[in-house]
Amino acid sequence: MASLELINIRKRYGELDILKGIDIAVDAGEFLVLVGPSGCGKSTLLNMIAGLDTVSEGEIRIGGRRVNDLHPSERDIAMVFQSYALYPNMSVRQNIAFGMEMRKVPKHEREQGVQEVAKTLQIDHLLDRRPAQLSGGQRQRVAMGRALVRKPRIFLFDEPLSNLDAQLRVDMRTEIKRLHQRLSATIVYVTHDQIEAMTLATRIAVMRAGELLQLGSPAEIYNRPANTFVAGFMGSPRMNLIPSMLKSDADGMHLEIAADGADPARISLRKVPDAARPYVGRQITAGLRPEAISDKLDASGVDGRPVIDALVEVTEPTGPDTLAVLMVGGREITARLQPDSALKAGQRGRFAIDLSKLVWFDPASGARVA
Amino acid sequence: MVKGSRDRGARFVIYGLLLFFAAIYVLPLIVMLLTSLKPLPEIYSGSIIALPHEWTVKPWIDAWGETCVGLSCHGIKGYFWNSTKMTVAAVIISTAIGMLNGYVLTKWRFKGADLLFGLILFGCFIPFQIVLIPMATLLGKLGIASSTPGLVLVHVVYGLAFTTLYFRNYYVAFPDELIRAAMIDGAKFFDIFFRILVPNSAPIVVVTVIWQFTNIWNDFLFGASFSTGESAPMTVALNNVVNTSTGEREYNVHMAAAVIAALPTLLVYIVGGRYFVRGLMTGSVKG
Amino acid sequence: MDTSTGTAPVTWSAASRWLQRSLPKLVLSPTLIVSLVFVYGFILWTAYVSLTPSKGYVIHELAGFFQYVRVWNHPRWQVAIHNLAVFGVLYIALCMALGLLIAILLDQRIRQEGTLRAIYLYPLALSFIVTGTAWKWMLNPGLGIEKLVQGWGFPNFKFDWIVSEEMAIYCVVIAGVWQATGFVMAMFLAGLRGIDHDLLKAASLDGASLPRIYWRIVIPQLRPVFMGALIILAHLAIKSYELVVALTGGGPGYATELPSTFMYAHTFTRNQLGMGAASAVMMLLTIVAIMVPYLYSEMRGARRHSH
Repeated sequence: MASLELINIRKRYGELDILKGIDIAVDAGEFLVLVGPSGCGKSTLLNMIAGLDTVSEGEIRIGGRRVNDLHPSERDIAMVFQSYALYPNMSVRQNIAFGMEMRKVPKHEREQGVQEVAKTLQIDHLLDRRPAQLSGGQRQRVAMGRALVRKPRIFLFDEPLSNLDAQLRVDMRTEIKRLHQRLSATIVYVTHDQIEAMTLATRIAVMRAGELLQLGSPAEIYNRPANTFVAGFMGSPRMNLIPSMLKSDADGMHLEIAADGADPARISLRKVPDAARPYVGRQITAGLRPEAISDKLDASGVDGRPVIDALVEVTEPTGPDTLAVLMVGGREITARLQPDSALKAGQRGRFAIDLSKLVWFDPASGARVA
Repeated sequence: MVKGSRDRGARFVIYGLLLFFAAIYVLPLIVMLLTSLKPLPEIYSGSIIALPHEWTVKPWIDAWGETCVGLSCHGIKGYFWNSTKMTVAAVIISTAIGMLNGYVLTKWRFKGADLLFGLILFGCFIPFQIVLIPMATLLGKLGIASSTPGLVLVHVVYGLAFTTLYFRNYYVAFPDELIRAAMIDGAKFFDIFFRILVPNSAPIVVVTVIWQFTNIWNDFLFGASFSTGESAPMTVALNNVVNTSTGEREYNVHMAAAVIAALPTLLVYIVGGRYFVRGLMTGSVKG
Repeated sequence: MDTSTGTAPVTWSAASRWLQRSLPKLVLSPTLIVSLVFVYGFILWTAYVSLTPSKGYVIHELAGFFQYVRVWNHPRWQVAIHNLAVFGVLYIALCMALGLLIAILLDQRIRQEGTLRAIYLYPLALSFIVTGTAWKWMLNPGLGIEKLVQGWGFPNFKFDWIVSEEMAIYCVVIAGVWQATGFVMAMFLAGLRGIDHDLLKAASLDGASLPRIYWRIVIPQLRPVFMGALIILAHLAIKSYELVVALTGGGPGYATELPSTFMYAHTFTRNQLGMGAASAVMMLLTIVAIMVPYLYSEMRGARRHSH
């Protein structure tokens, strides 16, 4: 029995369709991340799971139980908000214990619960302070403490790290992951940051304009994106989406990349997946992540990694590697080079392409073909 | 600031004008005070801004306990007490209900909530002359005409529009996420109200209380229309004292009575001036 | 029910669920009912009375608009309307002009700005009756300002406006402006503080002089404040009752009669409920005529902004 089931969830505001039929099943212990650009409906969906917003059509089941008509406090959930939503007039202790107070849990049990949670999150020295006296990171931990103490079936996180500065965000991300592992908690997490999604999730749901575009593990989403939107949205820098022509001649199949007026570039292909064969002689969009294009040539003979010759337009050393924008067949393609690469803008270089990472998209619909 | 307002001549003019206006503003108050501390012969012989040669507090004692209001000559203390009872009760009730209304209108949006708010708001704009006749009839029928409870009813009824406006505007900006977090924690309608909203409402409560207190204490129209004799509020009594045309005009007693009448709201203004201004500004921002 | 500190959420009974869903509406309803009865209902009642031949008590038969005709033909009403026009225009114009002037002066980084602002605003904390009483005393011919100035060496100075049929209304203007200017000043000051100072710096760099900057840039930006102040002052002017009562009692004779005093006199003293009601209805219509277009344009503006 899944912990959470979303069955054909639709949400309408008058004439406007906010959510157009979402189906997701979450098992116990999973960390599901809802990710997508603003306005895609992920926060609305989270609020509907929590019971803070009504369902126009469809069913939400928690622990097998239909919860559409249940009040948030009846659904066995806890939520951590973007702005932490700590009660300003109460101490940290009272904030954490508030839910238990509402459920008439006796005082000594409440105190027990608070102590347990405070120790786990290392906030026991803050219990008598007011939220206004805490730093952003501390407030976030208190908010999590308030959720933890309920021992709910499902934890809901609504962009909890957006209000933190960059370094703190990374630290807290790790803490959340550690907590997930330690408690085997079931988590539904909303964010617009695809890095958070990739690092935290066991499964990612990519949404856009009220639709679920792809539901899968981070590896699946990253390596086998369902369409060009997912491909471009997840992963930074973005996947190269190269308009090219799949051609066949005496030497075998190859991709020809040629923007108007430019000298064409050829990438020889050892094999072409069956699903892509109908595109021979036609346009196809080739998806290649920057790390699939490298200046390490030693493996070029093995695995049939073709080598191309290209002009370097811009280099951006990032520390761990160097990003380079290359001109290939008149198109700009980003490559990930070795950090100590000596190539400079204006020079030509030779680059190996890892075809095993090549993803094929239909140019018209954007859907992945192979 | 902008260039030009720094030079000596301009500053002189600016301060001069401001002080001139300040003098005009303070003048009536000073005149009232001075007059109330002079014996009557001095008032007739001297000028209104002359300091008393012979300071006396007798006018104040007379005003409080002996001057005649209508037919009874027991001073204004009884009426002062009437006003106090009436104002305190009306302020508390109208503020409490306004608070609940503001809560409902902003955190429990239901269909038509905005329309209902508009309907309630209209009550802020009407000239109260339009309700005098029916209200007099109703109070008579309920048997509370000419009584403090009657006035409390009137002031609560017509104060609700203002208090609702104040709290509604304040709670609109109150973070919704706090309410949502409380709902998830299992707090119900009144739990949220008393545990989350009220403890964080101090500023707006002060503003509302000051505004209501000032308006209700200073009211004359309702007092004059709906109460006579012993149950009249302070303002009606003051008007009575000042405008009696029989006997010698005891200007010093009149002024003492006026200052006594003005003291409560002036005190509130001095202590809570910042909130007073906030109240004024909220009242002038519609919707 | 389990005994651990978390888990097993509470389930609500159907009654509890119903109550929570209905509470918002239940809580709001007393105020709604009060509003319906005591505002709208009473307005209708007064309008009804204005259509009856009621005198000392309500007579329940409809008689058309004859009370309105009686009111309009009444000499005191005509004085009242004339006074309202004079008072209204002067009150609004002077309050706005002085309020704006003082606000601009205060905006010039004045020391003790807080104290000065407190002085200009305190009259608003006073009852109109107290204000009227104080000014009545100051304007007392023979003992007030007239005597004061005469004492300064101007033996022929006369300031007996308050007992003059022609000039008494101007005394009401003086007292009214004294009381309300502070409020207008506060509104303008808030408006001035909201103006982007970068605009002013740019103009100053372009060589504009201070008065020019105020005239061409600042004041046009204060248009919404002008509108707001105008509405509020018009509102106050029409409702003006207590000030007149305390200052002049409507006199001398009925030289300072205003629609509000007319209404009160005919309702409570002269046993002419029908006429009193008719005059009240006309006061209401005047206010509605001013407020509705203003509110409508405010709402239109707000809707435009939210798109």
